[in-house]
Amino acid sequence: MKIVLQNLTKAFPSRNKKSNEEVIAVNNFNFEIPDGKLIGLLGPSGCGKSTTLYMISGLQKPTSGRIFFGDDDVTELSTENRGIGLVFQNYALYPHMTVKQNIMFPLQNLKGEDKLTKEQMLERAYQAAKLVQIEQLLDRKPSELSGGQQQRVAIARALVKMPRVLLLDEPLSNLDARLRLQTREEIRRIQQETKITTVFVTHDQEEAMSISDMIVVMKAGIVQQIGKPQDVYDDPANLFVAKFLGTPPINVFDGQVKDGKLYIGSDEVLEFSGVADQAVTVGIRPEGFVLSENGALKCKPVNVEVMGRDVSVVATHDASQNPFVRSIIDADNKVDTGSEYVRYNIKPHKIFIFNKETEERIYFEVK
Amino acid sequence: MVESKQQWKAWIYLAPAIVLLLIFTVWPIINTVRMALLENYSGLKAAGGATFNFGIGNFEKVITYRRFVQCMKNTVLLCVFTVPISTLLALLIAVALHSIKPLQKALQTIFFLPYVTNSIAIGMVFAAMFNIVGSFFGTENELIVTAGIINNVIEFFGGKAVNWINYGSTYTANMFVMIVYIVWNALPFKILILLGGLTGINKQYYEAAKVDSTPRARVLWRITVPLLSPMLAYVIITGFIGGFKEYTSIVGIFGERMGPASDSGRMNTMVGFIYDSLSNNNQGRASAAALILFGIILIVTLINLQVSKKRVHY
Repeated sequence: MKIVLQNLTKAFPSRNKKSNEEVIAVNNFNFEIPDGKLIGLLGPSGCGKSTTLYMISGLQKPTSGRIFFGDDDVTELSTENRGIGLVFQNYALYPHMTVKQNIMFPLQNLKGEDKLTKEQMLERAYQAAKLVQIEQLLDRKPSELSGGQQQRVAIARALVKMPRVLLLDEPLSNLDARLRLQTREEIRRIQQETKITTVFVTHDQEEAMSISDMIVVMKAGIVQQIGKPQDVYDDPANLFVAKFLGTPPINVFDGQVKDGKLYIGSDEVLEFSGVADQAVTVGIRPEGFVLSENGALKCKPVNVEVMGRDVSVVATHDASQNPFVRSIIDADNKVDTGSEYVRYNIKPHKIFIFNKETEERIYFEVK
Repeated sequence: MVESKQQWKAWIYLAPAIVLLLIFTVWPIINTVRMALLENYSGLKAAGGATFNFGIGNFEKVITYRRFVQCMKNTVLLCVFTVPISTLLALLIAVALHSIKPLQKALQTIFFLPYVTNSIAIGMVFAAMFNIVGSFFGTENELIVTAGIINNVIEFFGGKAVNWINYGSTYTANMFVMIVYIVWNALPFKILILLGGLTGINKQYYEAAKVDSTPRARVLWRITVPLLSPMLAYVIITGFIGGFKEYTSIVGIFGERMGPASDSGRMNTMVGFIYDSLSNNNQGRASAAALILFGIILIVTLINLQVSKKRVHY
């Protein structure tokens, strides 16, 4: 089931009753979610990603715009009739029911032709539990389960009625780091087994990038970029996207384009064509630095963090917008923190330049 | 842990409360047991220097006394009808109040008003509403003039006026009026408690139920009621305790006669029986009745707690 969002907009009335200003949570969202894919809605808190999810679920009504499931316009359809499965951030498992009763609950609501016998319900509940590997926990109460197990029960409950669309609201935020890693693989596995179009919301870029077929990066209600995780990472549309994706984050410098050359401070780091002379913002991915004795970029080393396979060199540069410039280089390289400068050459495809005012990407051709 | 050297200080701080409790709570309880166990104890006679034998004669007299049996029957009937009815109504009203947005505060206030109104005053209003004025039965010209609002409404819809509480009214009619009045009087407190409980329920359970297309009735019985079960248990237990102590409501409707003029004392309750015995200077009998009432409330509460252990979910 593909999901089409057409000019989707949601405005909330202002909290302050005196002013008539509205808060635009989602602004003119257009996107066609392909059938059977896992989509990550990504952005900082307050960017409208959860609002978008809740509009797809029908729990919130869009101010304007349309939502289609396949060819059906579901904009006016209430949640009950949309045939979705929704996993809440804190799971919302009914505390007074056992796991089995929780999973069977949606099935007991089926009416008419879909009505199931008790045996069929038990069978379906068992299948769903098996899919998320909790079949041995069916008689427990939610309070007797760990966070990860509760999460699985919530997914099983959402899946048991075979929804057209599965929606997950910050599914991993209540789990500890190790469990989060495990569960996100699990979500990926379940999604690929069931082939249900799945949309999930997260503020964790690593989470979104690791399991999504496509990610949607949002900021202040406006979609910044949509694409495959690697494409968005390698080719950010603007400074916000570049900054939001990647750990450690991208290094940002004040730069200057002059006669087809890019200067960071007084260091000439790159020659290219197609960009007029102007002051720009320069982003360099941490993995874009190459240690070189005659490197163009001269930084003052501060510290070297050894992370096993790689080392992370922490340095300073006068033109850097962050206090430190962080590069990740192969552990075979030796960096002397006592020396005056650590010098880098920059990989051209790991460097992005942005308009200083609009922060939009400026594309260039490397000579 | 307070050091033992400091403990006397703690006792001093507690002393005012302890002294008051001893005088006005603990001693009366002990005294009640003592008086109940002295044959035919009477405060007046005791002041005159009479002595009383130890025995359980008071209890025997109380439970074989016809009036007491009537009082117990009234009390039990009132409890059995009013507690479930008022709890169910309070639940439905609380859920309805909780689910509407406009005028919610105003409606809450209206529903809470009976709680801050004197129950004798409410009783008098109810008495007026259920009253009849004019000759009713057995007069020569059979002229029927009704003045109570309830009868006016019944007659408006073509019904026959009912003698609810006046001379010659039936026990069933009396009981009906009492049940209506007590239920109405009990509602505000229950609504308040249940509304508080509802506010505490995470809205996401309802959103989850909505996503699963759960019909409204099922949401109420399978989600709201179980999640409210601690509040419901509290409301039911306090309802039974209050019901067994019913007294002022009868006075409110029937006055101190505790029944229609044709059969005074017919609607009396156990607490009413205790007061009557006291005013007859029969403290022994009153104490015995009080202890019996205590025993009944204790047993009912224990049963309630036992049931709620199985039914209350967390």
